[in-house]
Amino acid sequence: MKTLTQPSPAGERGALTGTMTSTSLMTADMPAEWRDFLALTKPRVMSLVVFTALCALLAAPGPVHPVIGFTAILCTALGAGAAGALNMWYEADIDAKMKRTAGRPLPGGRMDRQSALHFGVGLGAFSVLLMGLAVNLLAAAILLGSILFYVLVYTMWLKPRTPQNIVIGGAAGAFPPLIGWAAATGRVELLPVLLFALVFLWTPPHFWALSLFVRPDYAAAGIPMLPVVAGERVTRQHVLLYSLPMAAAAVAPWPLGLTGIFYGGLATAASGWFLFLAAQVAVSRESDPAAMKPERRLFAFSIFYLFLLFGALVIDRWLFAA
Amino acid sequence: MSVPPVDENEVRRRQRGRAILMAVLLGGLVILFYAISIAKMVHK
Repeated sequence: MKTLTQPSPAGERGALTGTMTSTSLMTADMPAEWRDFLALTKPRVMSLVVFTALCALLAAPGPVHPVIGFTAILCTALGAGAAGALNMWYEADIDAKMKRTAGRPLPGGRMDRQSALHFGVGLGAFSVLLMGLAVNLLAAAILLGSILFYVLVYTMWLKPRTPQNIVIGGAAGAFPPLIGWAAATGRVELLPVLLFALVFLWTPPHFWALSLFVRPDYAAAGIPMLPVVAGERVTRQHVLLYSLPMAAAAVAPWPLGLTGIFYGGLATAASGWFLFLAAQVAVSRESDPAAMKPERRLFAFSIFYLFLLFGALVIDRWLFAA
Repeated sequence: MSVPPVDENEVRRRQRGRAILMAVLLGGLVILFYAISIAKMVHK
């Protein structure tokens, strides 16, 4: 019997040796549309990556030439797109088993696996090279590290093996503020590290809220997400537990004197609301995914929360600088 | 399993779409590299 902690054999075989699946055979002679290549880059995830990197770049001290700043954000977006494409390349067989991801270009049979691999590797290499040549080596090194971390550590190693996949894998999505700051200053300082910590600690409650109401999908795909392995009650407790240090990381820049009261006040209020929603999830005993309203509310608010905090950070830093 | 026949018109349409996008992207890169070169020279 296949255990939940083992990766999909079909997924590994196809991904590692390039074995063609039935879907890729069907599309072997039909070139993929450009829209499918765009879909490989996970544009919705990219928007959050771009926003956090851009805010860190704008909040960093010192002027940045607009062209260099634009290039830094472009490279960050391309790097995130490359990581998304390589994730879809590796997980094509797992995606086919989940309702949420079955329509993606590879499981949908609109693109062959090798095209996705070439696209991801090419885009990733280009983004890192351009960042290194046009911006600076530190930003390029962090970008390369984030792509490799997302693909090798999160996608290939952690995700199919442990329910802690989201906890450690969250680091992959937390790199963009470091990249934005490093692109502007050539250094890594305390504030971008706190922003890294914020996104890193935000990722588990954000994804666990989602995994609670898409649990059947993850179970069907054999991915050991926390609700599948440890149950809903433990997941609910973990959502609240991880929200506490996240809220502390969000507010920390204010008492440390790195931001003003504008950011501090907004971060305190928004984090308080986040904790309230997380507490609602923690005490809920709803087991029907369709009726999980607190979980959906927390998931939706968590996205808004991150946009709000990073936006407030830029406004606050500009108010201070003025 | 028999592979369904490929629609030549659909193949050409997709190739045209990809070629146009590639041309636009290459044009954009030329402009970007030019702008980066100018920005680097101005900053020196």
